[in-house]
Amino acid sequence: MASRSLGAYVHVPFCGSRCGYCDFNTYTASELQRDGTSVSADTYAQRVINEIKLTAEKKSDFVKPLETVFFGGGTPTLLPAKDLTQILAQLGQTYGLAQDCEVTTEANPDSVDKEYLETLRSGGFTRISFGHQSSSQKVLQVLDRTHTAGRTWQAVDWAKEVGFAHVSVDLIYGSPHETDEDLQLTLDEVAGAPVDHVSAYSLIVESGTRLAATIKRGELPAPSDDVAAARYEMIDKALTGMGMTWYEVSNWSLPGGECRHNIAYWRNQDWLGIGPGAHAHFDGLRQWNVRHPAAWAALVDSGDMPVADSEQLSTLDVAHENIMLALRLRSGLALSALSVAALVQAELALTDGLLDPQQFANGLAVLTFKGRLLADGLVARLWD
Amino acid sequence: MAPATPKPGATDPAIIRNFCIIAHIDHGKSTLADRMLQITGVVDPRNMRAQYLDRMDIERERGITIKSQAVRLPFKADDNEQYVLNLIDTPGHVDFTYEVSRSLAACEGAILLVDAAQGIEAQTLANLYLALENNLVIIPVLNKIDLPAAQPEKYAAELAHIIGCSPDDVLKVSAKTGEGVSELLNEVVKLIPAPVGDAQAPARALIFDSVYDTYRGVVTYVRVIDGRIPLRDKIKMMSTAETHETLEVGVISPEPVATEALGVGEVGYLITGVKDVRQSRVGDTVTLAARPAQSPLGGYRDPKPMVFSGLYPLDGSDYPLLRDALDKLKLNDAALVYEPETSVALGFGFRCGFLGLLHLEIVRERLEREFNLELISTAPNVIYEVTMDDGTKHVVTNPSEFPGGKIAEVQEPIVRATILSPSEFVGTVMELCQQRRGTLLGMDYLSEDRVEMRYTLPLAEIVFDFFDQLKSRTRGFASLDYETTGDQVADLVKVDILLHGDPVDAFSAIVHKDKAYAYGVMMASKLKDLIPRQQYEVPIQAAIGARVIARETIRAMRKDVLAKCYGGDISRKRKLLEKQKEGKKRMKMVGRVEVPQEAFIAALSTDDSAAKDKSK
Repeated sequence: MASRSLGAYVHVPFCGSRCGYCDFNTYTASELQRDGTSVSADTYAQRVINEIKLTAEKKSDFVKPLETVFFGGGTPTLLPAKDLTQILAQLGQTYGLAQDCEVTTEANPDSVDKEYLETLRSGGFTRISFGHQSSSQKVLQVLDRTHTAGRTWQAVDWAKEVGFAHVSVDLIYGSPHETDEDLQLTLDEVAGAPVDHVSAYSLIVESGTRLAATIKRGELPAPSDDVAAARYEMIDKALTGMGMTWYEVSNWSLPGGECRHNIAYWRNQDWLGIGPGAHAHFDGLRQWNVRHPAAWAALVDSGDMPVADSEQLSTLDVAHENIMLALRLRSGLALSALSVAALVQAELALTDGLLDPQQFANGLAVLTFKGRLLADGLVARLWD
Repeated sequence: MAPATPKPGATDPAIIRNFCIIAHIDHGKSTLADRMLQITGVVDPRNMRAQYLDRMDIERERGITIKSQAVRLPFKADDNEQYVLNLIDTPGHVDFTYEVSRSLAACEGAILLVDAAQGIEAQTLANLYLALENNLVIIPVLNKIDLPAAQPEKYAAELAHIIGCSPDDVLKVSAKTGEGVSELLNEVVKLIPAPVGDAQAPARALIFDSVYDTYRGVVTYVRVIDGRIPLRDKIKMMSTAETHETLEVGVISPEPVATEALGVGEVGYLITGVKDVRQSRVGDTVTLAARPAQSPLGGYRDPKPMVFSGLYPLDGSDYPLLRDALDKLKLNDAALVYEPETSVALGFGFRCGFLGLLHLEIVRERLEREFNLELISTAPNVIYEVTMDDGTKHVVTNPSEFPGGKIAEVQEPIVRATILSPSEFVGTVMELCQQRRGTLLGMDYLSEDRVEMRYTLPLAEIVFDFFDQLKSRTRGFASLDYETTGDQVADLVKVDILLHGDPVDAFSAIVHKDKAYAYGVMMASKLKDLIPRQQYEVPIQAAIGARVIARETIRAMRKDVLAKCYGGDISRKRKLLEKQKEGKKRMKMVGRVEVPQEAFIAALSTDDSAAKDKSK
């Protein structure tokens, strides 16, 4: 077996309030209360610790030092900082942490103060990613975000002060009512902040969300792909101007600022998925936990792996995923991985200006700027 | 004491009356036939059902009779004598004029049946003229006199004017209630002459219909003119000289009754075991092989397809099914012709020739209904004869066959059209005919407020959407009949539609030069709305040869990528993209442009809906 690195994803399914666009597996305190479960932030860390131990027992073949750890949500920072560091400590105890292990948490700018960040930093966290989304109060309102725009930069400064080497912000663009000026304001603020990484996502209206319903009722305009494409161009230009480069279609960083945990996803490495609804990958086996915190807690409490289902990937699935994931990266997709028919398509894509000619000559399919926006269609064309 | 019912094969011609009913769709022909079956007692009241004689489901549902049938009705008239009435049903539509003419040729008289609330329609008028040409005695009848909207006096006057009789000679019936139907049958006996033939002469029988039956093979309907057609004898088809043995001879009354023979003046059926209606053609003369007639009865004609369309299965793998289905339909449809055809855009299909639009629509509907096929049909096309500068000629039934290079002239088929319309719409109708390159031949007032207009029109214009337009512009009141009369030279061009520079054969059309631009603009803008944005800009062009006459652009899609793809998104995203790719397999590729099948159907649909309305 080729040496595969191992990472860990820890899901924290709690939020202070639910944002209208969000379809993630997360719950507010009142939602959990309504569901009548005893699961709460207070008891969460202990169960996560139990699941970590359980996973190491049941998947003992895969126990090895972790290269990366990522806390996502929900809002991980709704848990006390000590809970997060305890969970990390357990991961270190059970699996071991590699020398330069990257440890990231997502954070809501509202839910942290300097002390909180200090606790994380001293507990081993190396990287923090703030959900800034937009600097426009109007856009934040459309997105139901609770923080005020300025709060992010305060939190970023604290993070730098307490010694986080890597600070990232998440942006959402193409929201209803967002103007070019709104986005420019956001980008100008990013340019003034000590961040080494930006993730920017065009707003996707997921069915079943409050936002989808609002748009369907005609109360908000639907985001337009053409507008999103133009905004993407603005973002790429601004971030490039800050010395960042894209390394994945929605991610930019200063040199050395890439999120190694996410790169491991795209390079099809292995990772643990801890917490309700978390996905794990073990060498071609994808498995995912039960979604609801109560169901998850019950299984963990009874000593069972809280797995809902799994999928053993076929050779073709693996090939498809490799194309789908590698193509999103600036490091690109080896043309040698393509069939003859797919190569013909790749050459057409080259003619259409979707792939970089120089890289192509070097045997790599690397998206051009235009190609980055049309990657999904190209992926399907390169599949057999 | 009533005389015994005369035996088929041994019936004195003097007591036979052969007649048909000329009527427009919905004017009550089938209902009148039902009443005749009841009054003559050939159908038990318990077994009676509406439209008894209409066989196919399609016929009953659409209220039209596609194929004719003959029924023998023993009838005791008011003079207390026993008669044999043969009611020969006729198809009621413009595409089947030839079949109508053969049915008329089997009769000595005709009931002209007209709705007392609507008056005569163009097709009825055309069939009336056909009947008069065949020297038939006409009995004018107004039906539906029970309707509150009936205007019997007005329409009696109109009928009297048309056929040159007195309004008092027009009978008034209600097929629905049965009122006046007995009187009508007595008039048939009185007015329609008995058939005259030479019983000793070599046998001659006219085939006026030929139907394929899964169990019996072809059932041939004949009217004996001279001699006798016996059971278990060798008969000969005079057009092909083929001989067959009569395995069964009989009459329909109204279920088949086998007999020993059919004699002079009688109407009945033959079964010989042949499997294809082409071996037993409408209009042909049947004689006996042992003692053949010297000359056939007049008027035989090969069915000639006038309208062509490509039929393609929506699902390419249904192609063999479509071929089998056409092979089966052909057994029952001597006018249907087809040959395999390949379209870049639509794949494998068949170029089919039809008598007209209704025939096309019926065939298509039967293919879909009886064989569960889903089909795309291309815009109907007429036959063009293209002469090149060097004198070579091309027959074009498909725009893709239209030659490039120096063309000397193009001939297109023309029709003589008869339009009946309320006089208030005369201007509207004339305007429409003018737009459709029509030439007015003449115009007559049938009554104060009804006008008959006669035009020469290119068949291609009628095939396009003429009937639709005529109906919508006259609020449904005008009616149309036409017959092909020849060819004319016309200034025609082929307009190609190009997607991203590649011609889409299914959208090419042969149109008059003056209308090429309008067609090009119409198709280009329609396609622009129907074809989804692609990863690159797609120009849609309409062109005559190399000259682009209209252009639209489908802007390139700029963004299709979903923003996030992290650990938990991978499976879902892979499946989503797989599903999308699967969906794309059902798209047709035109060059590199993915065109959804719905776009083809929608883009070709104008003509489709025109055809549908036409048959109503």
